[in-house]
Amino acid sequence: MLKEVLKIMFGMIFTQNYVLVQFIAICPFLGVSKKFDSCIGMSGAVIFVMTLASAVTHLIYQYIMVPNGLDYLSTIIFILVIAALVQFVEIFLKKYIPPLYKSLGVYLPLITTNCAVLAVTLLNVSNGYTAMGGGLLLSCVNGFSAGVGFGLALILFCGVRKALEHAKPPKCFEGLPITLVAAALTSMTFMGFAGMADKLFG
Amino acid sequence: MSGVLSAIVVLLIVGAVAALILVIASKYMSVPENEMFPAIRECLPGANCGACGYAGCDGYAKALAEGEETKTNLCVPGADGAAAAIAEIMGVEAEDVVEMVAYVKCNGNCDTAKHKYEYAGINNCSAANILFQGEWACPNSCLGYGDCENACPSDAIHVVNGVAKVYPANCTGCGICTRTCPNHIIALRRAVDPTIVRCSNTQKGAQTRVACSKGCIGCMKCEKVCPTGAIKVVDNLARIDYDKCVGCVACSENCPVGVIQRF
Repeated sequence: MLKEVLKIMFGMIFTQNYVLVQFIAICPFLGVSKKFDSCIGMSGAVIFVMTLASAVTHLIYQYIMVPNGLDYLSTIIFILVIAALVQFVEIFLKKYIPPLYKSLGVYLPLITTNCAVLAVTLLNVSNGYTAMGGGLLLSCVNGFSAGVGFGLALILFCGVRKALEHAKPPKCFEGLPITLVAAALTSMTFMGFAGMADKLFG
Repeated sequence: MSGVLSAIVVLLIVGAVAALILVIASKYMSVPENEMFPAIRECLPGANCGACGYAGCDGYAKALAEGEETKTNLCVPGADGAAAAIAEIMGVEAEDVVEMVAYVKCNGNCDTAKHKYEYAGINNCSAANILFQGEWACPNSCLGYGDCENACPSDAIHVVNGVAKVYPANCTGCGICTRTCPNHIIALRRAVDPTIVRCSNTQKGAQTRVACSKGCIGCMKCEKVCPTGAIKVVDNLARIDYDKCVGCVACSENCPVGVIQRF
């Protein structure tokens, strides 16, 4: 079990990193990585929402959808559940934990439509965590590590962008083009982790 | 058929439950929204110039509405009108806005300044500045390609005979030009300040003289005639301490090169 957990964590953070290896959630990755503070805020919000969404969708999948033979509806139901969940969390935080709401506040609505959250919940199903014993724990670990991986990519790339600010690219590369080139190079470094999770924990 | 039906029913139930939870949550956990924000935002001119120190008018209005900012007089373009209106909404006493006007710290022009080389590159100041700080012999001169003119939102600055000139009647004091000038020779002064030093060359007098006949040569005459000691020549350039200045304009009358000017 511990081995399984470690394998998932290493896999989601490094070898299968959502942003840099699987190219999911590129929009927040490019949009929020300008400032270190907002990186931390966004990462925190994503980790939080992914873990929670993994748990909730796992329960819904296992106890509502599978018994009724509706597992083919997972995409649409997960979207619905995630959207409602994020809205609820936002309202809840605003009322009861204002400091956390202030630091995560603006990022929470952004996450509603973040494809990475949907991806992680669907991956929980397709990887079969839902069918295993202790699947709830594995799903949560998967969601949590995917969020950490997203945060890692965001923070690393924030540093790259800091350096880009002082570089003077040719006029035609200024702004987004050079940022995308830098993102591609950052992504290539993560290709180096390919296959390590299986070898280390397999 | 029953498959489709059960799918629809389950989706409807999940959607309805989610909607119900959200409705209940928003009813029982709602936090009263701050009503001051739209009202304050209404008072601001919407130029998003950043003179207040916040990211645009929205940022300033938000800071005021949430009590992070207590000064109602930070909006320079909005002047006293905006400050009074905001103060009324916030229920505090209005403070006068210190009105600011931009001025150009260069007194030279095409006739008085010498060329270092002939510039034939891209037609803007930031490009000219990259090439040995421009074509003029003085390193702190106005480059004269009008980056400030293009940046000014209120048509208050124009390049005339190779040097930028501010038209104070139009100037709102937003300070965009001061941040645009690659040579940093545009600054803001309080509208009430009586005199300004219209040069920013810190070279020795002889060198300045060679580069431009209208530059500050650091002769210290102003320092001697100033009755309150408000002028000091530092690095071969006269600098006025406005806290001490009494507005006698003796400095401007005695400046041999005419770089200290009054309004």
